[in-house]
Amino acid sequence: MAEAVRAGDVVSAVRRVGADALLVEFSDSAWVTALDAEVRARWGGPSERTTAVHVGEVVPAARTLLLDRIGLEGVHSVLAVDDVQRLIHELSSWTLSLPQDRAAAMVEVPVAFDGPDLDAVATLWDMTVPEVVATVVEAEFQVAFCGFSPGFAYLSGLPEGRAVPRRTTPRTRVPANAFGLAGEYAGLYPRSSPGGWQLLGTAVGVVLWDDSREPPALLTPGTRVRVVEDEGVSP
Amino acid sequence: MSPALEVLDAGALTTVQDQGRPGFAHLGVPRAGALDAPAAALANRLVGNPAGAAVLETTATGCTLRATGPVLVAVTGAPCSVFIGPVLGGMAPAPFASPVRLATGQTLELGSPARGVRSYVAVRGGIAIEPVLGSRSTDTLSALGPSPLAVGEQVPVGASAPVVDQEFAALRDEARRARAVSGRGTGHDDAPPVRDSLILSIRLGPRDDWFTAGARAALPSSPYTVSVDSNRVGLRLAGTPLDRAIEGEIPSEGMVLGAVQVPPSGEPVVFLADHPTTGGYPVVGVVDASGLAAAAQARPGDTVRFALITD
Repeated sequence: MAEAVRAGDVVSAVRRVGADALLVEFSDSAWVTALDAEVRARWGGPSERTTAVHVGEVVPAARTLLLDRIGLEGVHSVLAVDDVQRLIHELSSWTLSLPQDRAAAMVEVPVAFDGPDLDAVATLWDMTVPEVVATVVEAEFQVAFCGFSPGFAYLSGLPEGRAVPRRTTPRTRVPANAFGLAGEYAGLYPRSSPGGWQLLGTAVGVVLWDDSREPPALLTPGTRVRVVEDEGVSP
Repeated sequence: MSPALEVLDAGALTTVQDQGRPGFAHLGVPRAGALDAPAAALANRLVGNPAGAAVLETTATGCTLRATGPVLVAVTGAPCSVFIGPVLGGMAPAPFASPVRLATGQTLELGSPARGVRSYVAVRGGIAIEPVLGSRSTDTLSALGPSPLAVGEQVPVGASAPVVDQEFAALRDEARRARAVSGRGTGHDDAPPVRDSLILSIRLGPRDDWFTAGARAALPSSPYTVSVDSNRVGLRLAGTPLDRAIEGEIPSEGMVLGAVQVPPSGEPVVFLADHPTTGGYPVVGVVDASGLAAAAQARPGDTVRFALITD
């Protein structure tokens, strides 16, 4: 379903952040990705471009889009109140279309469902382990934002009512490529780290983060993601 | 073949830093980069490098390096003793914030600073470690870029034109001018360490409405003490807790350099270069960029106050 709106109708607040940044809040997180794409197209790009507005860093998150280091006419300084009003006015006039409407990149991630928290999630969801796997495989995920560590993607798209709490005691070591759930998100650990997500499995045959790749993250904001079950080889 | 700097003593923490890797926050990559950026830029200028060349950043206890070939270095930032040797069989004092020539095999020794935390060593040609995402900076939060220096490591130095006497004299004049203009980097002198209260200018928001009116009033009126847990991620402050009007966490949102995040303890943390790109604790205000170098040089036990800016 194509859905297009005026940005001003879905932005619930714009807050100033320090001298030269704005935090745009949405009533519905689905629009964060849409505005992210618009800002990048209109105000992003190489810093030498001569647009009137340039944003150094565009950071999507759960309900907000941060526009950091905003420069006007190639100059970085404290944004005047008038400038802020003008920016909000311009941004509000843009037409946003829901991400599903765009030809967003799609990445398939094979996952071996061998995680230690499969049973716990099955209990939380009141279903069998194969039903948990089916729920994940059928979900249409999209990278809502990255955070926690380089290339760690928070995937939105779990069905309604399937949010899960973090583990009460985080693990001191979660292996690289672990696939898990926390809150309303699914996520993949690009590398080994401590972590409190409920682990369902392990991504197979993908490199989530590679310094020398462009872009280094496999899963960038806005990317659509499908989890496919990796049957693996019997031991 | 270009010379290298062999690490004889890395002190508490010595890292490679340049101007960081901005532009990747949306992928969860902190910017990193020298915490006292003006000091790093001055060090580069004093050896004839571009401002973005990679330098070494020490932490609280200096470092000792040996040149495997002739190099030109300069030490800036937190004022510390600088010795080179062997000179006539011993170590000889060398000027702070001034170009210093090291011959092959000579050692450069930075002492613990009398004030401040982080000193910078620039070397002509720059530190030539392989860049990651366009930067040679060590990011201590996410472990991108080179590892902190380890004893025995040979840190590569970029190729550079030899320093003729005329240029050396010009760089020394530059150092003299820098000392006269700023009073910064005048460095190691006999003045007693000054424990002035550091004042950080702050703009409220974006989440000051998550705090009580009392907390918002306390912020610019209460002294805070720099905690020993401070690091490249943040300047952690102890003092009057900032009480919340709204409990709970905010859904993760983007964080900026200088953001003053308030964890459940109520004691503020000023985000420095290695700060996480997103966070779930409310940000009561943002410290102006002009105060961040001084914040990075604040020592555990120092007093910090906030002054509100209303543009």
